[in-house]
Formats: sequence, C-alpha cells, structure tokens
Amino acid sequence: MQIQELVLHKAEEYLASGKVDRVLAWKKGETFYDNSPAIFTKDNLNGFVYNEFCAPNLSKYLVNESKKEGKILVFLKPCDTYSFNQLVSEHRIDREKIVVIGLECQGMLDEKKIYNLGFKRIEKVEDGLDNIIITADGQQVQIKREELLSVKCVDCKSKEFAVADETIVVNEMKQPDKNSRFSVVSELEKMTEEERFKFWQNELSKCIRCNACRNVCPACTCTHCVFDNNKSGIAGKANSDSFEEKLYHIIRAYHVAGRCTDCGECSRVCPESIPLHLINRKFIKDINDNYGEFQAGKTVSEHNPLVDYTKGDCEPKEMVGK
Amino acid sequence: MYKIKLSDLDKLYKAISEDYPLYLPIKKAGEVNYGLYGEDEEVSLTTLKTVKSPKDAFFPQSEDLVNFKVDGNKIEVIDVRKEEQPFVVMGVRACDFKAFDVLDRVFLVDPLDTFYQNKRNAAIVVTNACTEPEDSCFCKVFGIDASDPSGDITTFIIGENLFWRANTEKGNALTEKVKGLFTETDDKIVAEEQKAIREKINSLPNVNLDLTPFKDEMLDIFNSEKWGKLSEACLGCGACTFVCPTCQCFDIRELTKNDGTVSRFRCWDSCMYSDFTKTAGGQPRTTQMQRYRQRFMHKLVYYPENNEGVYSCVGCGRCVKSCPMHLNIVKVIKAFDKGGKDE
Ligand code: SF4
Ligand code: SF4
Ligand code: SF4
Ligand code: SF4
Repeated sequence: MQIQELVLHKAEEYLASGKVDRVLAWKKGETFYDNSPAIFTKDNLNGFVYNEFCAPNLSKYLVNESKKEGKILVFLKPCDTYSFNQLVSEHRIDREKIVVIGLECQGMLDEKKIYNLGFKRIEKVEDGLDNIIITADGQQVQIKREELLSVKCVDCKSKEFAVADETIVVNEMKQPDKNSRFSVVSELEKMTEEERFKFWQNELSKCIRCNACRNVCPACTCTHCVFDNNKSGIAGKANSDSFEEKLYHIIRAYHVAGRCTDCGECSRVCPESIPLHLINRKFIKDINDNYGEFQAGKTVSEHNPLVDYTKGDCEPKEMVGK
Repeated sequence: MYKIKLSDLDKLYKAISEDYPLYLPIKKAGEVNYGLYGEDEEVSLTTLKTVKSPKDAFFPQSEDLVNFKVDGNKIEVIDVRKEEQPFVVMGVRACDFKAFDVLDRVFLVDPLDTFYQNKRNAAIVVTNACTEPEDSCFCKVFGIDASDPSGDITTFIIGENLFWRANTEKGNALTEKVKGLFTETDDKIVAEEQKAIREKINSLPNVNLDLTPFKDEMLDIFNSEKWGKLSEACLGCGACTFVCPTCQCFDIRELTKNDGTVSRFRCWDSCMYSDFTKTAGGQPRTTQMQRYRQRFMHKLVYYPENNEGVYSCVGCGRCVKSCPMHLNIVKVIKAFDKGGKDE
C-alpha cells in the first residue's frame, strides 16, 4: 500500500474508535504542490493528503490546538518530532491530549526548484523515490530527488523520530550524512569578516519584513513578540533603514539559540530565499563545539546548555575569537 | 516600432541611466526584485515575476513623511519632501501596470497623497509583454491582456530581440533619446507573438475563475462558514500582502534617530497582522479568520463596490507563490464558485 493510503487509514482508524476527536494533517490543494495544513474530523476527511509536498511542520499548530477540548492526532515527519518535543519541554503544548504518528519522509520537494528548471505549465509530478517524474510543457522528464529538495531537507539532521506513539514507514529512510550539515556554516566561518558581512548584507537586504520566518518558527511562540509590541521601543513593521532588518534577524536568532531544532522552516518560507537557517545553524555548531553535542528537541528532559550551568562550562573569553 | 538585440540591452540601460535613474528587475542573492540600475548589477528582464512588485517605485515599503527636532518646548518641523526628478521604471508586466491604476484610485483621490502623486508624475513606465506566462498567472480573470500592456512604452522580448513601442508623449521623448541604438521595424512579428501569448494564457489553469458570486452574494459570502476552513492554516504573517502589487495599507510610525531627530514615517501594514487598524478601542478583527476574510473581501467585494467594479486583485499570482502554507486568493475564489467544492 502507498504511504498516503496508510496514513489516511490511520487517521480514519483513530477517529472511528473515538480515541481522538481531530486529526492535524495536510490537505490537497488545487495543484500538484499546494498542500496546506488542515484539521480533519470524522465526517470530513476530504482532501486528506500525504506526499512529497507536505513540507509544513505541523508542531506549532498544536500550541493552539491542544488548548481546545478533546484529543488530537498529529502526523509528524522526523524533523517535526524535534519541534514537538521542544514545545512540550517549554510547556507550550499539552502532550496528554496528543497522539503522535511519525511518518516516513524521503525529503520534501520545493515546487520553486521545479519551476526554476524553466517549466511554465506543470501537469503532474510523480514521486519515484530517487527520481521525480515531471510532466510539463508537453514533455516528461526525470530529475534526481536531491536536486529538487526543499531547502529545509537539503541537510536533514536526522531521520530518527524523537517522539512517536506509532510510526508509518514503508520505504527505508537513509540516515543523512552528519558531516554535510555544517559544511556551509564552516565555509562562512572561513570567510574574512568583511566577506561575511557582505554575504549577509546581500542576503538580508532582500528581507521584506513579512515575518513569515518568525510566524512559522516553532521556537517563536511568544504571545506578543517584541517587534509587535509598541512599548518595546523596537517595534517595527518594515525595515526603516538598512540596519533594522539585521537587528530583527539577530535578535531572533539569539532568542531561539539553544531552542532551535534546525527544522528549516524559516528558510523554506522566506519569499526572498534568505538562508536564515544558516544563522541558527551557526549557533548550533558553536554550542556543539563549546559544550559538547546537543540537539534541541531530542528529548523533553535534557536542558539546553545555554540555560544549564555546569562547572565544566567553557569561559566566555575562551570562546571569543575562536 | 523599433527593435534592439538582447545582447545590446546593456547599452540601452546605460543610455537611459545617463539621463534618468532607472529601476528594473535586478537579481541579487538568487532573487529578482526591482532595483536601481548600475553597471555592476545583474539585470533580469526576462524574469516573469519579481518577488516584490514594482509598487515600491511609487509607494515604498517605508517612507519618511516629516521630521521633527524637539528642543525644550520648541518643535522644529522639517519638511523632507523633495522635488521628484523624472525616473524610468522598466520591465513592468501587464498585471503590475494595472495595479498602478488600482493604487491611483486610492492615493490620487481626495485627500490627495502628494508623496505618491509626485513619484507617479515623475515616472516614465516601460512595460514588458509576457511572452512566457506561467501556471500561477490569472490576470485574464481581471480583463488584463498580458500580450499588450500599455504604459508610456511597451516592450516585447521575442527571440533575440527586444521590440519597443512608444505609446505616449513621455514615451516618445524617451525613445528620441535612445533611438540611435534601435533599428526600425514593422509590427508583424509582434502581432504574431501577441497571438501566441493569448493562446498560452488561455491554456493556464486559473484563467476561467468565476467572480460572479462576489458581485451577487456579498453578505452570504461574508457570513459563510467556509472562511474558517479556508484560513485555518494562516500564520498571520504578511508575506501575501507585502508581495501584492495592489495592497495599499500603511501604518504611520515614529523613530527617534541617534541625533535626536524624530522621523515620522509610513510603512506598509498588513491586514493579516494582529494589530492592524488597532485603535484606543482595540482591534476590530480579533481572530485570524476575520483578518483573512478582510483581505479577500477587500480585494473582491469592498474595493470593486467603491470603484465601478474594478477588482483590487490583478491576478499576478504572487500570493499564490509566496504563502508559506499555500493559502491564496485562487483557493478563496474557487471555494465560493457555484460549482465549487464544499469546504
Ligand atoms: S521570511 Fe524572509 S523576507 Fe520575510 S521577514 Fe523573514 S527573512 Fe524577511
Ligand atoms: S495567507 Fe499565507 S502569506 Fe498570507 S498571512 Fe496567511 S500564512 Fe501568511
Ligand atoms: S491578491 Fe495575490 S494575485 Fe491578487 S494582486 Fe495581490 S498578490 Fe497578486
Ligand atoms: S499575471 Fe498576466 S500580466 Fe502578470 S506576469 Fe502573469 S501573464 Fe504577465
């Protein structure tokens, strides 16, 4: 059976037995790619879908959903399970009300990369695991999956589920290569200060301050963000000068440091394709280097080293200029 | 009608920019947006959709309105307005050009927005026909002809050439200045290409959307339960509104600069934000469903109601491409279509 059917059956089974009242999953859109997160109930499973275009991380929706009455089943891809745990450890979602089903993921695709190949009218996109078959503009072509992966999946951190009450895995998931995850960050580290500044200035000056990166981020769950708070003194709806958007991104990165699970949603949603995940990944790399390896959201009990004091902690001065 | 080899376009840009600041699609760090031409910039005139629309040319994302200097109980008001020098915006697509009209109907009526008006009057607009429209385009729904945008000058990129047709006096004047780079030609190739464009447009998936429910059943639509489902994944970010060429809402804010000068500026606002139109009495739309509904009711019902039936969506498809959760106006229109699916 195809994974899509297995997932649907699972949803139906849980709803029918009354074990859950609602299911948080993805709904098919109007085209091959535009699936959206959606809540399903026993009498309405219309449009239920699980395929290679289900990139949105559903964990954050649980902040509101788990406040509501009744139980909810959520489908999480491996990376999403880390966000889930992180939210549980921050007491943002109510674990008791939630059933987690872990789903196989071979890496989600980015429709933009498909269109960037030059297609105008895309009729069909089929998932053949290693290859993706695209029917467009009167022709059919096969493209390697790696080439079409969503930016969040390019350096997947792990195919292991950090949490799952059950899992649905049909095809084996290859564990990603650990070394490649920090390779771009290492390249940025090798740059001179001026080069690095230029790189980020070039990227961040594209920012339109749409807040998509913040609003999608499972680590950004403040009910009232400083940037929306008129009393904070730094509220801002638009970048009023070239420095302001840097401030926004730097403050955000500091605020999620140690809590960011590297789910990559920020970079996925950015309409200007700013590689925001690299800022957060730099912090993750530094935490690993200075405090020993740590993966936010791997467990609910482990404290992130930035909020956990141990006598063996490195001295700040040791880190300067490292 | 004139033409110029695509390989000679650099000369054209340079020639125009000698006399005018020239804004056109420029590629930077992988994405194309309108920007000021410079010899080191990578121009990308063939990009169909810039991420942001060209509306920044007249209605920038943030804009200083007035400055103040406060000294004890003395307030000095500094007028920051300056005489707008003529400038050229090149590469404007038919949908984005129509969007200028949508903005005009907001900013150029009483009370007149002089900031907008000055820039609008100073601009020479060069449009670019869409030889390669794509899936997300649905301009035709709003009666826009992508094969024949107007503007002061219309250009067509066909094969190895860019064809150039002046439509207005302003357009003629600019043409005179750069004519030396052109060769004269008839419009046969262009006419053929226009026919081909219209055929391509007709084959796109969203060009037959039905808008009649928005004319006839305004209250039913407002009160429809469908909005709940339609908006449930919405993050309340501003991506859809900030990439939209017709979204016109702004906020007025103040910023104290390092030297103590207070700058009162306006910046784009988004009806998707939780503090949109917040007043002393609170925020009139307290749920994301209400905010989501506002965006589309404004585009498809309220605005046309006040503007002789002109919609304030031009079908550019930018929100279709930019929404992180793939919500968009096409899904909304289809949801209320008579034969539409039940949400
Ligand atoms: S998503 Fe991109 S454009 Fe939007 S605020 Fe974040 S970085 Fe800026
Ligand atoms: S519709 Fe999409 S782009 Fe617009 S506010 Fe909602 S999530 Fe953001
Ligand atoms: S609502 Fe969407 S499609 Fe319509 S003009 Fe705005 S961005 Fe373009
Ligand atoms: S919506 Fe129409 S005018 Fe706009 S880019 Fe597409 S084809 Fe061109």
